[in-house]
Amino acid sequence: MASTGNRPARDFGLGLLALAVFGAIAPWIGLYPVFVMKALCFAMFACAFNLLLGFTGLLSFGHAAFFAAAGYAAGYALKVWGWSTLAGLGFAVVCAGMLGLVVGALAIRRQGIYFAMVTLALAQMVFFVFLQSRFTGGEDGLQGIPRGDLLGLIDLSNDLNLYFVILGVFLATLAGCYRIVHSPYGQVLKAIRENEPRALSLGYRVDRYKLLAFVLSATLCGVAGACEAIVFQLASLTNVEFVISGDVLLMTLVGGVGTLLGPVVGSFVLVAMESYLAQFGSWVTIIQGSIFLICVMAFRAGIVGEVIKFLQRRDDRSKARMAEGALPSST
Amino acid sequence: MNTTLCNAVGTALVAIGLAASGAASAQAQSKLSGNAIRIGVLTDLSGLYSDISGQGSVAAAQMAVDDFIAANKPGYKIDVIAADHQNKPDVGSGKAREWYDTQGVDLIVDVVNSGVGLAAAKVAGEKKKLMINTGAGSTRITNEDCNPYSIHWAYDTYALAAVAGRAIVQGGGKSWYFLTADYAFGQSLEQDTTGIIKTNGGTVLGSVRHPLNASDFSSFLLQAQASKAQVIGLANAGGDTINSIKAANEFGLTKSQSLAGLLVFISDVHSLGLNVAQGMQLTDGWYWDLNEDTRKFGRRYFEKMKKMPGMVQAGTYSATLAYLNAVKAAGSDEADAVTAAMRKTRYNDFYLRNGHLRDDNRMVHDMYLMQVKKPAESKYPWDYYHVKATVPGDEAFQPMAASRCPMVKKT
Repeated sequence: MASTGNRPARDFGLGLLALAVFGAIAPWIGLYPVFVMKALCFAMFACAFNLLLGFTGLLSFGHAAFFAAAGYAAGYALKVWGWSTLAGLGFAVVCAGMLGLVVGALAIRRQGIYFAMVTLALAQMVFFVFLQSRFTGGEDGLQGIPRGDLLGLIDLSNDLNLYFVILGVFLATLAGCYRIVHSPYGQVLKAIRENEPRALSLGYRVDRYKLLAFVLSATLCGVAGACEAIVFQLASLTNVEFVISGDVLLMTLVGGVGTLLGPVVGSFVLVAMESYLAQFGSWVTIIQGSIFLICVMAFRAGIVGEVIKFLQRRDDRSKARMAEGALPSST
Repeated sequence: MNTTLCNAVGTALVAIGLAASGAASAQAQSKLSGNAIRIGVLTDLSGLYSDISGQGSVAAAQMAVDDFIAANKPGYKIDVIAADHQNKPDVGSGKAREWYDTQGVDLIVDVVNSGVGLAAAKVAGEKKKLMINTGAGSTRITNEDCNPYSIHWAYDTYALAAVAGRAIVQGGGKSWYFLTADYAFGQSLEQDTTGIIKTNGGTVLGSVRHPLNASDFSSFLLQAQASKAQVIGLANAGGDTINSIKAANEFGLTKSQSLAGLLVFISDVHSLGLNVAQGMQLTDGWYWDLNEDTRKFGRRYFEKMKKMPGMVQAGTYSATLAYLNAVKAAGSDEADAVTAAMRKTRYNDFYLRNGHLRDDNRMVHDMYLMQVKKPAESKYPWDYYHVKATVPGDEAFQPMAASRCPMVKKT
């Protein structure tokens, strides 16, 4: 009986282990490390987004701003100031968190569609700032960002070395998300998602919880964005475009909103589609659109969501059977 | 006994000799990675530069490969692959990285759009694989951002300024106002042209920057009009140039001020029509109707694409063929050896006149000052230009003394 209480923890642990094993062997089964790194960065991004949408019920249309801001911050610190990779990463994450604080403080004053519109508007303002500022390189982007090394020990210009560092960061981020979601704080977030007035009536200072969730989400987006900039040695305007905010929503929905591993699966699906269907040019967006439609119409819980539902149904059935078998003795 | 021993020794020696020669030939072949050459055309297949490079560049690279195979019958495979960089530096550099890492690409050509070109050149430098840029214009490629693996082939913004820019200033266009595409290429072109204007006694009254691939030029053109400059310099290219010239005509700017398209391709003139474009002076690195050789290439290309090639497309052919010949001469596809072979070559073919590859990786060759014909002067399709002057490469391109390339200063 006690095992049912730990069920999510055990499942998540297994999932994390499976991801770690898959990640460790991926470069040797013909997967191109740079491609997997890109997918991992977007997986972190989607997990951060999911923290807000899936667990707090806040739909933001402006997450690209945090992702890109961190990329530029990391790039600038590494390239212009010559900081070490870890310091640059830390700086970028702090920048994204601060931006999240500003955007979040304004946005959480409104709910639903108005919340989404405020985040979108602020993200577009951020886009304009990055387009016009000299330090971002405008249309050319911030090019030639050095990858540096890890504590002077590991040379990150080697793709494989960097790959394992990114994999580590990714697993830590995922574990962090799990920790947040399953903490008492995470329970309050879920309560807010389910019924905000009720959470308020129970004495929770809902706005503070929401703001903290927003800042945490932005901070984790920052980890993703900084890693992406370090992998590609480039921070460009593409990442701050509205399309990216849409993509991350799509990743989360396809994978399974409100599940921890869903965004990971979703981002792999979308990044793979983008890479392998690239030769079809503008058809990619049409294919993406169709997949989105199929997902919303046929399996609304997303890939991982449907798997979880299936497992639960099987679980319930076997429990019911056990209960039936146990019935005569218990009465 | 003796004779059999001698025979045995002789046979053994022959066998060793054969084995050695076999090993030597295997070694010579193994210098080509994968015993194949793969050329990647990284270009704009869908956007505002697809007319000046795009599918035409892909076709031109394929023509060069076909011609090389027909002439040399090499024992290795050569193929061409292409991708659309969507004018995004991240897409372009990502593609270049993937090509060098996983597709066995030995050479990337075209790479139109300076922003993308600069980002992709960094990848080439890091992977120590070759890139010959035939599409982008920024002089940064052979200056601040130069590296041993990125070669600049067809033209650059300095040459554009030094040929047509100088001709316009000397023809009396003394005060200028720039309409500049806000990225690496536009900024380079504005900067280089400003330098030429000032040394020739002209003045620059100001500039307005528009985003790449802008849809509406009206507000920018009104600012340019208000400046009262004699000449409005268009520091943009492709679809942006076409749209700004069209809009300037609609606004009636051309009545009081003159437009100077600093980078106008023959495909742009074709799109605009001679009525709009007539009289304009421009720089070109190549024109299909220069002589019998260029006409021959032009017609062959026309058969395939139903358009005449411009300097980027013909340049892609020229660079691809020069690369393949250099690989043959060097007996290796290792980038340093190929570049060394190219540096030794003096080029005089249908595309390059008095061409040589400088130490800063700038391909220096003769450039042309063109003037667009009046509609009445055009006798046959694609008969668009008068050749006003042939400018020797050393005058058209930035002198080595002014180079800002760290690679050059070291030597």
